Amino acid sequence: MRRQIPLMLCFIAGVFTAVQYFIPHPAIQDFQERFLAWLMTLLAFAFLLGTVSLIRLHWHKIRNKADDRGYSFVALAGLLVMIGFGFFHPAHHSPGSPFNTLFQNVQVPIEATMFSLLAFYIASAAFRAFRARTMEATLLLVAATIVMLGRVPLGELIHEQIPIATRWILEVPNMASKRGIMIGVGLGMMATALKIVLGIERAWMGGGD
Amino acid sequence: MYADGERSIPSESIRWAVVVVVALAALLSCPAAVCAQEEGESTEGDTLAAVTYAPPTGLTSVDTPNDRGSAITLSWEASADETTGVITSYEIYRSTHPDTGFAYAGKVPPGITVYRDSGLENDIEYYHRVAAASAETTLFFSATVGPTTAFPQWFNSNRVNVLIGVIIFVSAIVYFVTSARAGKELFIRRLAGLDELDNAVGRATEMGKPILYITGLSGISDVATIAAINILGEVAKKTAEYNTRLIVPCADPIVMAVEQEVVREAYAEVGRPEGYNEDDVFYLTRSQFAYVAGVNGIMVRQRPATILYMGMFYAESLVLAETGSSVGSIQIAGTDAVTQLPFFITSCDYTLIGEELYAASAYLSREPVLLGGLKGQDTVKFIVGVLLIVGFIVATLAATNVIPADFMAPLYVTG
Repeated sequence: MRRQIPLMLCFIAGVFTAVQYFIPHPAIQDFQERFLAWLMTLLAFAFLLGTVSLIRLHWHKIRNKADDRGYSFVALAGLLVMIGFGFFHPAHHSPGSPFNTLFQNVQVPIEATMFSLLAFYIASAAFRAFRARTMEATLLLVAATIVMLGRVPLGELIHEQIPIATRWILEVPNMASKRGIMIGVGLGMMATALKIVLGIERAWMGGGD
Repeated sequence: MYADGERSIPSESIRWAVVVVVALAALLSCPAAVCAQEEGESTEGDTLAAVTYAPPTGLTSVDTPNDRGSAITLSWEASADETTGVITSYEIYRSTHPDTGFAYAGKVPPGITVYRDSGLENDIEYYHRVAAASAETTLFFSATVGPTTAFPQWFNSNRVNVLIGVIIFVSAIVYFVTSARAGKELFIRRLAGLDELDNAVGRATEMGKPILYITGLSGISDVATIAAINILGEVAKKTAEYNTRLIVPCADPIVMAVEQEVVREAYAEVGRPEGYNEDDVFYLTRSQFAYVAGVNGIMVRQRPATILYMGMFYAESLVLAETGSSVGSIQIAGTDAVTQLPFFITSCDYTLIGEELYAASAYLSREPVLLGGLKGQDTVKFIVGVLLIVGFIVATLAATNVIPADFMAPLYVTG
């Protein structure tokens, strides 16, 4: 029963979701909307689950005197301070409130810093990818050089055909391969969903029969 | 009286006469339709207009097909004067009586001759009229049409083609799964990234370092995440066998709960339930770059021997993969995010591209039924490929006028 009930629920929910796509009648559509509302309610409770997991993990690290427990102190302190300001300060979202000030001046700049690292990583990844050691890598190097030049005014200054070649590379071979991947992805998604709904794929339950 | 004996008119009387004449003229020139429209009810303005334009003709009204009711679709033929530019819009009026009580329902610009009157009550009879509005805001009404009743449908006939596709797809999957169950041998091509998984787990065991498994930022409703969880189950069985630590930082609490269960079950299945540590499958954060910071911190501190990226990834993919590369981990990625694939291909040792992510679970488990599903999927892909070639040929022939341009129109997806 421990496995049969989740499988049955999965089958009913999966079949209903598929069938409602073909039935516009409000009796079905209204139920589907309610169904999605339940999901939102479930998500709200799930965040509580996540917070408990976070506290538990870092508490264990501190209690077990793990080498990196300093980070756990910072994580728990940050969590408690933000929860405190969020719960006990009236209008915590308004500008100037401690919650908002901390969010705008600590969280946002840190995230922006992480995002800005992307530029440096793109440079290092490009350096590695563009080493012309194989036929494929050479092709990639040539295509990337043309596309990069075609995207800036310098490309047109060098040769008027470069922007045209760029557009062709992006719209013909690049688009064709992207669409090929996307068709495969679409079918893969459907097949996976179908196997789960029919109970053929059970790895999400931990495998087994 | 004037001196010459003629009868004189007092100036006061002249002023009053002028006022009366002007008032009458103003009253007559006021379009009755406009006056009535201001009161919220339509009227036969065309009879009072100084200039008469042709009203819309051939008005029809039907219940809007393939909807949840509450809507009637009107269509008409344009006013004969539309081409001269004097018609500024078509206004739609609705009533529950054929002769009276017509209220404004909406308008469309010239050139549009269809209107979907929505927000109606089901099973109530409605009458409609459409008026051509001129630049002078005079209305020229069509004949009244109706009664028409809005009602909901139980089947969206616009989606018949989708239904046929789904039936073919489901049939192919079920057929090959049944064949596999009957013992038929099914071939599956090699996936280098998954073949390397055993070596990657073995390497981690030899080095005494953990394996880091990342399922991306998507929630449980994303099929890519579910595929990643399926692979996690197989990976967890291997780490349980080798007694290697498996770290799974999660960005979604529901995904975390499912992954905890999957890993626990996998450890139990290989007979090592005591090897499962709940603190190794944990929630990190929902915030994209806070998650990146957290995972990168784990990479730098723990220096995992192997990192697996499976699921849906966004801009964080390259930051994660480059950090993993810098700490010397073997990296295997699998995603259906087309825009992130080049980053993973560049930074990882092996990459599962698109649908390979969905095939991975079957590939690793080698369960005949799952392989049957893959075969069915491939069959449908073949059919789609054939249809694409046929579509390409038909489109080319239509573009060169060898066949009519709307040759394939009945097959177009409209819903």
